[in-house]
Amino acid sequence: MAIALVLVLVVVGSVLFHFLSPWWWTPIASNWDYIDNTIIITFWITGVVFAAVVLFMAYCVFRFRHREGNQAAYEPENKRLEWWLTIVTAIGVTAMLVPGLFVWNQFVSVPSDATVVEVVGQQWQWSFRLPGKDGKLGTSDTRNVSPENPLGVNASDANGQDDVVVEAADLHLPVGKPVKMLLRSIDVLHDFYVPEFRAKMDMIPGSVTYFWFTPTKTGTFQVLCAELCGQGHPLMNGVVMVDTPEDYLAWLGEQQTFAQLSAPQQVGSAE
Amino acid sequence: MSVILVFLLVIVGFAGWWLSHQRLMAKPWLEQGVIGDIIGPEGSALPTAKIGLGVFLAVVGCLFALFTSAYFMRMALSDWQALPLPRVLWFNTGVLVLSSIALQCASVAARRGEIDAVRLGLVTAGLTALAFLVGQIVAWRELTADGYLLTANPANSFFYLITGMHGLHILGGLVGLGRTTAGAWNGARPERLRLGVELCAMYWHFLLFVWLAIFALLAGWAATFIEICRQLLT
Amino acid sequence: MVDVTPADAVPPAEVAEMELYHPHSWWTKYVFSQDAKVIAIQYSATATAIGMVALVLSWMMRLQLGFPGTFDFITPEAYYQFITMHGMIMVIYLLTALFLGGFGNYLIPLMVGARDMVFPYVNMLSYWIYLLAVLVLVSSFFAPGGPTGAGWTLYPPQAIMTGTPGGQDWGIILMLVSLILFIIGFTMGGLNYVVTVLQARTRGMTLMRLPLTVWGIFTATVMALLAFPALFVACVMMLFDRALGTSFFMPAIVEMGEQLQHGGGSPILFQHLFWFFGHPEVYIVALPAFGIVSDLISTHARKNIFGYRMMVWAIVGIGALSFVVWAHHMYVSGMHPYFGFFFATTTLIIAVPTAIKVYNWVLTLWRGDIHLTVPMLFALAFIVTFVNGGLTGLFLGNVVVDVPLSDTMFVVAHFHMVMGVAPILVICGAIYHWYPKVTGRMLNEAMGQFHFWVTFLGAYLIFFPMHYIGLMGVPRRYNELTATTVMTESAHDLNAFISIMAFLVGFAQIVFLFNLIWSIRHGREAGGNPWRATTLEWQTSETPPAHGNFGKELPIVYRWAYDYSVPGAKEDFIPQNMPGSFGSSREPA
Repeated sequence: MAIALVLVLVVVGSVLFHFLSPWWWTPIASNWDYIDNTIIITFWITGVVFAAVVLFMAYCVFRFRHREGNQAAYEPENKRLEWWLTIVTAIGVTAMLVPGLFVWNQFVSVPSDATVVEVVGQQWQWSFRLPGKDGKLGTSDTRNVSPENPLGVNASDANGQDDVVVEAADLHLPVGKPVKMLLRSIDVLHDFYVPEFRAKMDMIPGSVTYFWFTPTKTGTFQVLCAELCGQGHPLMNGVVMVDTPEDYLAWLGEQQTFAQLSAPQQVGSAE
Repeated sequence: MSVILVFLLVIVGFAGWWLSHQRLMAKPWLEQGVIGDIIGPEGSALPTAKIGLGVFLAVVGCLFALFTSAYFMRMALSDWQALPLPRVLWFNTGVLVLSSIALQCASVAARRGEIDAVRLGLVTAGLTALAFLVGQIVAWRELTADGYLLTANPANSFFYLITGMHGLHILGGLVGLGRTTAGAWNGARPERLRLGVELCAMYWHFLLFVWLAIFALLAGWAATFIEICRQLLT
Repeated sequence: MVDVTPADAVPPAEVAEMELYHPHSWWTKYVFSQDAKVIAIQYSATATAIGMVALVLSWMMRLQLGFPGTFDFITPEAYYQFITMHGMIMVIYLLTALFLGGFGNYLIPLMVGARDMVFPYVNMLSYWIYLLAVLVLVSSFFAPGGPTGAGWTLYPPQAIMTGTPGGQDWGIILMLVSLILFIIGFTMGGLNYVVTVLQARTRGMTLMRLPLTVWGIFTATVMALLAFPALFVACVMMLFDRALGTSFFMPAIVEMGEQLQHGGGSPILFQHLFWFFGHPEVYIVALPAFGIVSDLISTHARKNIFGYRMMVWAIVGIGALSFVVWAHHMYVSGMHPYFGFFFATTTLIIAVPTAIKVYNWVLTLWRGDIHLTVPMLFALAFIVTFVNGGLTGLFLGNVVVDVPLSDTMFVVAHFHMVMGVAPILVICGAIYHWYPKVTGRMLNEAMGQFHFWVTFLGAYLIFFPMHYIGLMGVPRRYNELTATTVMTESAHDLNAFISIMAFLVGFAQIVFLFNLIWSIRHGREAGGNPWRATTLEWQTSETPPAHGNFGKELPIVYRWAYDYSVPGAKEDFIPQNMPGSFGSSREPA
């Protein structure tokens, strides 16, 4: 008997927790509110199913609990009922899958006007590289990595000379412009994850992965590593600042290019 | 992962064929009494040990299919450099074929009850299988002498790994073969000996098949073959 | 007793006697035994023992997460070692071993009406190799550098690098060796389980008369035999990379400013192999649970399982489908994005047969005669947690929803609910159910009730709120959340609450263990069939069943496993080996 009551309480408690508790996602700061909408759809469908199944169970336990002289019905199957349930389930699943695939299609189709930003992960810090005036990133290879060339940029590639290199410092992005994040790692797996942007993707040494998004709010956001990368994993934080276009240009102007960094003696004299 | 998926498809096909003979559409609550009499005995008519070996070979097949899948996936990366196959592998292949034939003869002889022929077949199979293993080690030594070391290139790593894994399976088979051979001399019961010889033959044929597949894979023919198939399909 | 129609009774003469190995000494009877029942108990005891280690490890991590900075001995290295060993032990050495090695060994021969497994010697070897695997695993705690801290997924490159505890010490090597041993041992046992079901069923036991427990364990074993080789391959190749310096999985890497010798390998290749095993593994644990819970519900609700045929088809269908969904663990791994469309679709399709199983369980309760025994309570709790965990699986399986949630605490909450709590509730229920057969005595009811309520409610309170911490964006596998800005003050309090609950639930398991030991001597005498169940294991002439299971003659099966409350029969159950025909109107109107 107690179990019937507890089952009802589990449903009521879970629903109340869902609506009343202070723990919910962070305010979104990118264009991926589609993802949030898909999650909401999924919450509704699954929530209804959960409540329905558990409440039905509670009712059964209450109504058909053993009492002296009871006998269970003999009912091996009920084709019609089973078919109906299958069809309703299939419809529910489709209602979650179709919007999901639709949004995934957007997620993997990078708009042509997206600017490119490269993120390089290593144990346990983030570095970034932005294309210079030519708008192209130079090629890179982990084999080129050295103390002077921490990102392994290919020195013989002309495209790479004017690339802006931001080593272990904050990344700035202009608000409202789509960016394609090219993700690279020089040691182990990492995952570039900013909860407010909703998007994330693993970084794999030896290949380049990507995702894209458009920052929609200015502000400072914490970058987290979301793929276990050794014991420094939880401390592998970074900062992304989404700026107004003016602030962004001002920041960009202060950064050094690959060519400047590879000739440290000349730059060093400025101090 | 396509190789392993194709392999599993074969397994699923086989399982589906078997299940389709098991009256899965029956309504069991309507049937009372011993229906075993209607559809025959519950198990298969094959000896249990053969079924067991068959299941085990499916697992071994799965293992090698996975190695093959990994091989193809790794092969697609840029640093792959195929290694020249030592000629001794051809000789080894021939020896392994002989070994299989010898066991097949032994199994036929066991069915006829010719104990001397069984003994001859078993010993020949054992010796040729040992010769195969020695030949494989010769191949390894040739390769290392020519500088194709384990770590130098993934193609080399796979060569040693897969041939080694196959060799270990042969070695395990030799233990079983040894026990059967001992039985052939110590006067095991004829039906028991026959089962043992047949199990050995089954295992040997399977490992020969695996070896031929591996050989084709390592020689690069498998990749060429798949490429041709792909072109035919598109 | 019910009326017997003599026309249906068949002489047992044609039942083939299998050659039984008879033990000659105490050693061969209790230690190096070839009797599946003894092996089952050995498997279960070993799995429980190593499971207690995993329980203590989970306490350690909850201490760290709930009260960060309070316990100095939990260093970051130690924390990662704890999570890795906890995960690996629970998934492989506890759940897989207990369901298949424990329940499989005990129940398969008894339920299909066999004297023993078909290859008893191989079956014995299987246990001893499993024990060896466990010992190798345990030895890594004492090896220099400690056990590996690579996470239970053991993703390279980090698993074999210095930045990870045990990566360049013995930890990872012992882990891989232990897994390889486990797989070899399991394959030996698995051959037995499969072939016994295929070949050793007693007369009249057609496939469609098998209890769903056997169907679940059988299908799971077939899957395990085909899936474990993938883990084997991955382990061997990683062992080569770590010990011999090959580059199967290792690309060019700069570690702490130094170029490593490896080059060109693909970490994604490992992930494909790992999850090709890893996803079926989820169902390898789930299917036996599905099967067992079906039998628990049917027996204790005194009603046939609703939609038996659909249940069988769903088990087989889930088993087959689960081999083509593996990459849903890799949506954000950087694999080709178009795979996402395929794997999201297959993943959500698998939800349909799974949902059907849930419906059939609750529909079995409908118009039943529900005895709220401890096993039944656990079965009900299983449905709640499994539905909850299954539904959150729909979030993670739907590729784009997975993007923000993957690698967060949401995932941790999801898989603990669905393949941690849910199967363990089934294991508990199953132990309360079959303990009387194994020992001849009932488990203590009061301790059972305490164990149930604390475990069910406690586990729900641990893992339900945890989803919301994940929704906030808090990543998993962080030993230290103080530097994470999305982690609010109140969420830290919630974490402390979860930790306290974890201690409570763990304590309840210790009460359970005590109950298991105490009841061997002090439990109420159970008799041969205390639950008045239909399946063959309850019809043995002796309890606990003797060597050879069924006395002189093997039982003959005359009906399916679910003849409960048949209209017209005097009792509300008809054992499977009861001849005669009962019930005129068996077709639903």
